[in-house]
Amino acid sequence: MRPNIRYAPVDRRSHPPMIHPPYRSTTHRGPTRPLVPIPQTLTELTGPIYGHDAIGELDHDLTRNAAKNGEPIGERILVAGRVLDEHGRPVPHTLIEIWQANAAGRYIHRRDQHHAPIDPNFHGAGRCLTDEDGWYRFITIRPGPYPWQNHANAWRPPHIHFSLFGPAFVTRLITQMYFPGDPLLDHDPIFQAVPAFARERLIARFDLDLTQPEFATGYRFDIILRGPAETPMEDGR
Amino acid sequence: MTRRLGQTPSQTVGPYFAYALTPESYGYRGIATNRLVRPETPGEHIVLEGRVLDGAGQPVEDALVEIWQADARGRYADAPDGGQADFLGFARCGTDGEGRFRFETVKPGPVPGPDGRPMAPHIAVCLTARGLLNHLFTRIYFDDEAEANAADPILQKVPEDRRHTLIARREARGEAVIYRFDIHLQGQAETVFFEV
Ligand SMILES: [Fe+2]
Repeated sequence: MRPNIRYAPVDRRSHPPMIHPPYRSTTHRGPTRPLVPIPQTLTELTGPIYGHDAIGELDHDLTRNAAKNGEPIGERILVAGRVLDEHGRPVPHTLIEIWQANAAGRYIHRRDQHHAPIDPNFHGAGRCLTDEDGWYRFITIRPGPYPWQNHANAWRPPHIHFSLFGPAFVTRLITQMYFPGDPLLDHDPIFQAVPAFARERLIARFDLDLTQPEFATGYRFDIILRGPAETPMEDGR
Repeated sequence: MTRRLGQTPSQTVGPYFAYALTPESYGYRGIATNRLVRPETPGEHIVLEGRVLDGAGQPVEDALVEIWQADARGRYADAPDGGQADFLGFARCGTDGEGRFRFETVKPGPVPGPDGRPMAPHIAVCLTARGLLNHLFTRIYFDDEAEANAADPILQKVPEDRRHTLIARREARGEAVIYRFDIHLQGQAETVFFEV
């Protein structure tokens, strides 16, 4: 934990609502009662801290971490960026976990029944720690779109799932990264559940500086976590 | 005052996280399992189990329940005195087809509250699932701590008629001490979730 810090509130305007009827399962899963405000105590200001011993050598490289007899099929990409707090300060040494479909839009998950091929050399999960300056970097394959049952002809835009802890239990974030210029974004109720002004924060940008010649195109995706409150919070605000 | 960067919006964990976040059944080691204790871990060993249910009372078969807790003496691994804690204190469990989750842990000791006085023993929960666009925070308290619960500063923020949704019920089953805690996402017994 970082001593004597209280975190700024979740900016609910930037996040999706609990219930967004076009995303059907929210209607019977999203809570209906207002959240009950409580002060941040030692319980919320501490949180799980993982170090390098939690990370395997190839965990950040999804093109190699499950390879059996070759390389995965698809467009190799680099996904990198910084994890920052709301003041633009880096969030160092924090764990990032990602998971995604393969190039054909198929997850290795047992419940995924989409009849697209499994790639024997691609599992689709990775993890890493941010460095001192909040940087992270993954090597992976650009995921394909996949159909889902939400409505007729529903397709998820290609995306990578991200899970982050940050410095405290309250800085947890679970989100998805999307790709620029994707026509499916306009039709995706999960992406569209985010208020319009904040949607672009979920879209990576193509980055020629990250792109490595003769190897992979690069996408930059920065992630902003709750930061310290500007003034210490009163208990029971 | 500096201009703030906007928080990255939350998105659902979706249905397909298991092979990444709870990957043991896929033959991979994850960063956490649903077991915090080894046989020699000090404290009262307990099993925490329950179900996650939706507004129709149907099981949520693809929820991820995460817990964060102090050890039996009330030490968080990440607190200033945490070098001495008995375990990391973080565990994860994906729900099964019946919406069930299960943790093997110890009953946590009391930790200091906002005013420095001890809070009632509790376990923090972060819940996410397909159909949840935002993760949800709640707490698990224990029904055999009635006196401490009555004085707990967080429970006091919760309307009295809803406090019961945060209290696990102790059941003895053979040798094991079980605490039962169901999470209702909606409905009459909707669990209290926190803005914190
Ligand atoms: Fe997905």
